[in-house]
Amino acid sequence: MAGPTVGDMNCQGERWTAEQVLALAPDAASRKAGAKLAGPGPWSGAGACADGGAGAVWGECKGSGSKPYRTVVDLGGQGGPGFHCSCPSRKFPCKHALGLLLLWTEGEEAVPGSQEPPPEWAGQWLERRRQREERPAAREAGAAAGDAEAARRRAERRAQRIASGATELEQRLADLLRGGLASAEGAGYGQWEETAARMVDAQAPGLASRVRELAATAGAGAGWASRMLEECALLHTLNQGCLRVDRLPEPLAATVRARVGVTTDTAALVASVPPVRDHWLILAQRDGDDGRLVTRRIWLHGRETGRMALLLSYGAVGRAPELSLPVGLSIDADLVFHPSARPLRAALGARHAAPVPSPAPPPGGGAEAALRTYGEALRDDPWLEAWPVVLSAAVPVPGEEGGGAGWQVADAEGESALAVDPRCGDGAGLWRLAAVSGGRPVPVFGECGHRGFTPLTAWGPQPVAL
Amino acid sequence: MTTTWDDLVGAALLGTERRTPPTRPREGQDAAGALLDAAAVHTVQRRAALLPVAARARPAAAPEDGRPALPEAARRRLALLLADRAAPGGGRRGSAPDLTELLPQWLAAANARGYRAPAALLPELLEAARARSDVRPAALALAGPRALWLARLNPQWKYALRASPSASGGEPGADDRVWQEGLLAERSALLVSLRQRDPDAARELLAGTWAKERAEDRLMFLDVLGERLSLSDEPFLEQVLSDRSRNVRAAAAGLLTGLPGSALASRMTARARACVAPDRTSGDGPRITVEAPHECDSGMQRDGIVAKPPSGRGERSWWLGQLVEAAPLAGWPARFGVAGAAEVVALPVADGWQPDLHAAWCRAAVRQGDAEWARALLGPAASPPAPDVASWKDPAKLLSALPPGERAGWVAEFIAVHGLPEAFRLLGTCAVPWAEPLGRAVVDALDTARDAGGYPWSFSGVMGLAERCLDPSEADRLAVPEDASGYWAEAFERLVGTLRLRATMHAELAG
Repeated sequence: MAGPTVGDMNCQGERWTAEQVLALAPDAASRKAGAKLAGPGPWSGAGACADGGAGAVWGECKGSGSKPYRTVVDLGGQGGPGFHCSCPSRKFPCKHALGLLLLWTEGEEAVPGSQEPPPEWAGQWLERRRQREERPAAREAGAAAGDAEAARRRAERRAQRIASGATELEQRLADLLRGGLASAEGAGYGQWEETAARMVDAQAPGLASRVRELAATAGAGAGWASRMLEECALLHTLNQGCLRVDRLPEPLAATVRARVGVTTDTAALVASVPPVRDHWLILAQRDGDDGRLVTRRIWLHGRETGRMALLLSYGAVGRAPELSLPVGLSIDADLVFHPSARPLRAALGARHAAPVPSPAPPPGGGAEAALRTYGEALRDDPWLEAWPVVLSAAVPVPGEEGGGAGWQVADAEGESALAVDPRCGDGAGLWRLAAVSGGRPVPVFGECGHRGFTPLTAWGPQPVAL
Repeated sequence: MTTTWDDLVGAALLGTERRTPPTRPREGQDAAGALLDAAAVHTVQRRAALLPVAARARPAAAPEDGRPALPEAARRRLALLLADRAAPGGGRRGSAPDLTELLPQWLAAANARGYRAPAALLPELLEAARARSDVRPAALALAGPRALWLARLNPQWKYALRASPSASGGEPGADDRVWQEGLLAERSALLVSLRQRDPDAARELLAGTWAKERAEDRLMFLDVLGERLSLSDEPFLEQVLSDRSRNVRAAAAGLLTGLPGSALASRMTARARACVAPDRTSGDGPRITVEAPHECDSGMQRDGIVAKPPSGRGERSWWLGQLVEAAPLAGWPARFGVAGAAEVVALPVADGWQPDLHAAWCRAAVRQGDAEWARALLGPAASPPAPDVASWKDPAKLLSALPPGERAGWVAEFIAVHGLPEAFRLLGTCAVPWAEPLGRAVVDALDTARDAGGYPWSFSGVMGLAERCLDPSEADRLAVPEDASGYWAEAFERLVGTLRLRATMHAELAG
C-alpha cells in the first residue's frame, strides 16, 4: 500500500538537469551506461511525482532477462536522493537509476508527471525509506542520557591514546631535526609508514595522514626542504596543541581535535549546536578518490550570512556519496557548523524548501582580497591549506608551453594575479575555464591557499563546474 | 627577529647537531624544538602575508560569435554525446543506442540550423574533433571562432588551426604569405578554401610555385584542383602532363579526362575509336569488334596511359582498358549508330572482349559521373547477378553516379529481391535519411531475416546503418514482435530506440 506521504504529493516539481543527474554517477562507465538507457526504448510504466523536496521517479526497465528491472528514485530525503533497483549491479546508483533520471530530465513527454500514487512496489520502498529517515532523531534522544557516562570514559581513554601518540611524534620530529632533513631525503617511506601506522593505532588519523604527507615531501621537487620544514613545523604545532588541548580556548581546542582526527557525530552535533538557516547557494561539488573511499566536498555560500560552508560526504569506491547538491541551485536549509576557531565544515540539517535555481555568483573580490581572506583565516586556524573565495572578475592566463610558467587567474585590470595551484596541472578544468572566459573576465569560485588557487566553478554566465 | 626563513631551512637541512640554529630555546627545550617553534611562526607569517603574483599578458579576447545559443535540451544532448565519446566503449552493444555514431548527425543538424556551441563544451568538442577526423569539419564549424581562439592557446589543438582556413586571418596578402611560408597542412587548407572561393586564383597560386614543390606535394595539390574543374584549367594541366613524376602525370591526365571538351579527351576518343568499332559483317546482326592497341607510344604515356600492366594481365588489354576509360562516353552511341547507352551496352562483343570493354565503361561512367551509362551498365536491380559479371561490375561504385532518389530506388528493389546479405556496401552509397521506398525495403528485409531464424549478428552491419540512416518516422512501423528471440528483440529495440532518439535530437534542436 502506498502511504499518505507518497500518495498525497502533488506533481508540480522542478525537473533536474542532466548535469545534476550525471553528477550522481559513481564513475565514468556508469555515466556512459546511464546515458545509453536514457531513451524511451527500454522503459515502461515510467512516472514521476514531485512536491517540494519529496518527489519520486519510477519505471520498469527491460534488461536481458525476462523480468524487467524495477527502478525507483526518491528525490527528497535529508541525506539526498535515494535509489532502489531490482538489478544485481553493485554500482550505486546503478545505470538504470541514472538512465531513468536522465529520461525524466527530458520532460513531461519522456516521463509523465503522475497524479496517481506510484505503483505498489515503488510506493512500499519509498514508504520504508522515509520512515527510516525519521527514526534516527527519535533514537538519539533516548540514547543520550544513559550512555553519557560511558561515552565520557571512552573519550577520556581516547584522549590519553592521542596524547601518547602526539608525544611519540614529537620525539620523531625532534630526531629528524637533530639529524637534519638532508638525511631524511634518502630514508624512504618505511619508517614514516610505521610512524603513520602508530598514529592510526593512537586513534589520531589526522596525525597519520600528515605523517604520510611529510614522507611524500622528502626529496620531492625543487624547494622540498623548505616545504618539509613547513610541514614539520605545523605538525609540531599541532602536537603541542594536542598536548595542551585542555588549556586552549574552546574554539581553538575544537580546531585541534578536528585536525587530529577526532570526528564529531553528526547527530550529536545537530543536537548541541544551533543551526544557521540561510539560502545556501551551491558553489561547487567535487569528488576525491583515494582508492578506498570517495570523498565528496560541496561548497556553499549563504546569501544572508555571507558565510562559506563545506559539506563532506563519503562513499566506498564504486558508490557515489549519497549527498548530491547540483551547482547553481540555492537551498533554504539549516546548516550546523562543526565547532572550530574558523568554522567551515558543516552538516546539512533541515531543508525548508526544494532547491531553486540561482544562477548568479555570490559577490567576490580580486586576487589581493582572496589572499587576504586566506591570511585572515590562518589567524584562527594556522593549519588551513586554503580557504574558499569568489573572484568577481578573473581572466585565466594559460601556462606557457613546456611548463615554464603555470596557469594564472588574473584580475580584470591591474598587475595582480593568483598563480593556479600547480597540482591542477594543465587539466581539462582549466581549459574549460579558458573557454568559458574567452579572454574576458568572469566570476570564478575556488580555493585560495599557499599552494595557489584551485578554480572550481566559473559563471559564463551560467555556472559551469570546472 | 632578524632570522630569515632560509637560515631556518639551512639549519634544518644539516640538523641541529651539526649547525646550531639561529633560535634560542626556551627553558627545558632543546634546539630542535626551538627550531620547529620558530619555523612554525615563520610558516604562518609567510602564508598569511602572501601577495598576488605579477599578471602575465592576458590573452586577447576571443572574437564574438553572433550565432544563437543551442536550446537548453540540445545543449544537454551534446554534453551527453560528447561524454559518451570520453568513456571507453567495448563489450556487447545491448539494446541501447550507440551515441558515438550519432554525434556526426547531431553536429550536421546543429550546423544546418546555424547554432553556436556552448563555450563550456569547446574543450570536449576540440578533443572529439582531434580524435575523429570524420567529425572534425562539422565539430570545428559548430565550435566556431572561440574554439580557434582556444586552439591558439593549446598546442594539443594546433590541428584545428590547420584545418580551418579562416584561421589565417583574411587580411590582404595573408593567403600569399601562408602559401609561401606555411606548413604543408596550412598550405593545403588554404588551397582547398581558395579553390572554393576562386578556382582560377587557386590554380594560379599553385602554378606560381609548381616547379619548387616536391612530387608528393604536387600530387596532393593537383588533387585539390579536382574540385570545380573547368576548361580554364586545361592549359595548366596539359603542361603537367610533361611532369617529372609519373604519378603526377597520371593524375593530371585523370583530371583532363573528366573535362569532356579537353584536347586530351578528344585524343583519347580518337585512340579508343581506333580500337573499338562496329562490325556489321557477321550474320547475327550488329556487334562490337575490338582491336586492342599494339603499342603504348610516348603520346599515350604522356596522356596518362600506364605502359606496364600489373602482373598477370596482358599489356594490350591493359592499354585498351585505360583508353576506353579515359575516352568521353558521350561519343559511343553515335559510333555504333544507336540511340543511347543502353543500346550500346546491349550490343554483343566479339572474341570475348566484353568483360574488358564493359569494365572500362563502368570505370568511365563512375569517373565521368554519367548517370545514363551507369544505369545501363547496372541493369535492373532485380536481375540475378551473373557470376562472370560480378568480377568487373561494382554496383556500389556505379550507383554513386546515379541521382540520390534513383539510387535509393535501385537499392530498394535489389534488397526486395536479393535480401540483405549483399546490400551493405550498396546501402552505404545512399543519402541519409533513406528515402522511401528504401527504408521500407530494409525494414521488410529485416523482418524477413528475423522470421526466417537468421542470426542477428550476421546483419549487424546493416542494423548499424539502419540505426543511423532510417527515417526516424519508421520507428512506429518497427514494433518488436512478442515472440522474437532475445538477440533479435534486443537488436530491434536498439533500432527503435535509436530512431526515437534521433527524432528527439532533431526536435530538441528545433527548440
